[in-house]
Amino acid sequence: MKQRFTIPMPARYGINIGLLVLFLIVGNLIVGGNLLPRAHSNNVIQVGFFIILAVSLNLSTGYLGQLPLGHAGFMAVGAYAGAIFWRSGLLPSEASLVVGLLLAGVVAAIFGVLIGIPALRLKGDYLAIITLGFGEIIRVLINNLPAITGGAQGLLGIPRYSTFLVVYICVILTCGAIHMLMKSRHGRAILSIRENEIAAESCGIKTTYYKVLAFAASAFFAGVAGALFAGNLGILVPGDFDFMASINILMIVVLGGMGSMAGSVIAAAILTSLPVVMQPLAQYRMIIYALLLILVMIFKPSGLLGTYDFSLSRVIERLVRRITAGRIKEKGAK
Amino acid sequence: MMLQVKNMNVYYGSIYAVKDVSFHVEEGETVTLIGANGAGKSTILKTISGLLRSKTGSISFAGEEISNTPSHAIVKRGLAQVPEGRRVFLQMSVQENLEMGHYTQPGGTMDERITEVYQRFPRLKERYKQHAGTLSGGEQQMLAMGRALMSRPRLLMLDEPSMGLAPLLVEQIFEIIKELHAGGTTVLLVEQNANMALTVADRGYVLETGKIVLADSAKALLENDAVRKAYLGG
Repeated sequence: MKQRFTIPMPARYGINIGLLVLFLIVGNLIVGGNLLPRAHSNNVIQVGFFIILAVSLNLSTGYLGQLPLGHAGFMAVGAYAGAIFWRSGLLPSEASLVVGLLLAGVVAAIFGVLIGIPALRLKGDYLAIITLGFGEIIRVLINNLPAITGGAQGLLGIPRYSTFLVVYICVILTCGAIHMLMKSRHGRAILSIRENEIAAESCGIKTTYYKVLAFAASAFFAGVAGALFAGNLGILVPGDFDFMASINILMIVVLGGMGSMAGSVIAAAILTSLPVVMQPLAQYRMIIYALLLILVMIFKPSGLLGTYDFSLSRVIERLVRRITAGRIKEKGAK
Repeated sequence: MMLQVKNMNVYYGSIYAVKDVSFHVEEGETVTLIGANGAGKSTILKTISGLLRSKTGSISFAGEEISNTPSHAIVKRGLAQVPEGRRVFLQMSVQENLEMGHYTQPGGTMDERITEVYQRFPRLKERYKQHAGTLSGGEQQMLAMGRALMSRPRLLMLDEPSMGLAPLLVEQIFEIIKELHAGGTTVLLVEQNANMALTVADRGYVLETGKIVLADSAKALLENDAVRKAYLGG
């Protein structure tokens, strides 16, 4: 019998860790090593929090199968919660960084639960409209509470905690946490709701509970990404979190493939870098950007990766199998 | 008594769908609710499984009141429903579908139960790795039934298992219901295909526009003139 080549579990972890370290070194070189102009090196950091935003939205769009349009709202809540805490200077900087990020996530998650309970009773377009309304309410509230949020003038002097390393670690933790959630029995329950809510209910799954759970988790990570965003720019204005911001995140998820984490990551990298890379093309870049989206939707409507999730170990396994299969054939021919 | 429904009244908004329905299912029995489109059959099942609520009356399952229990907790107590229209998880494999059916059950019993289901439905075993969406209609119905059996229910409720299936497949499905019955499973079967339903059932209730108009043994209903005229084609 032919034995299929598989990479043993510890080696798989090894490959993944190796890859993470490689990205870390390359990223650090780009950001810290002055290899690129500043606009480009900061873009690497932006890719980071857009990955978190896309992966977290993918949880409620791709895995849970709902269509929320207020992701920027959760991001805003987290951004302001984190920024206000950081500005207060209650804790020394390292502790402040960690607590601020957690606080941002938790506050956004609380909003996620509050919005999720009424909104998730609805489906499709109705849910989209409710969440869209929520996103706008948040933005208007921030605009009109100058005492706390700085209003339309913006919140200034936010400590710049979002270094490449910090963002990078957050990206890994987010992807790891969501990956583990989806591999667990809770993840299965979330997926089954996407597949068929009535069937899920007849299997004894608490559908409302899991919908709100996924929604809140999605909001949590959006909040963390918001705080990273604040710590990167050092200034927050409510206009950063308008409807278009939500659409941009959704676009990343759709382009990458709803239900594929790797797709979200790759699409976040492409769509965030594209405007920067195409800077020399000036006025044509938005056309190219739009064309790219249109072409993907026409030729690959399920997104770049569909629901497929990438695993380097699996790719290596397949390559090795193909090579050895080729050798056996050659031998047979002789 | 496995299931006792007393004075069930269900409304969809202002539409009065189920009118004062009472019936019961004894342990080990196969009972069928038959009736035309819109008679309220599926509504009754949905109300029993907690997806809809009755305004009045009581539903007791194995002696316990369940009319206010949330639906996931009802499944846990051993009342499984195979929903109308073969609602399987299309993008999950056959095996994963079955695993979902085991969701409420304690760990450690899953492999054994999957083997049981595969014994009953050898066709599913052949296709265990395939996506459920690639199965034929009959296979999907088998999968939906197998998934419900994963929780080893004390009462199995089937909502129109023959819907949209070719006659040969309908016969197969009813053969399986007979086998389940012979194996001691209590079954509550809702069907439009009155003829088939009455041949496998012990007792039957005839529904018309939300009301029970006849209740008798399946045999007697098959021979009843009014039933023959209305549902069995003369």
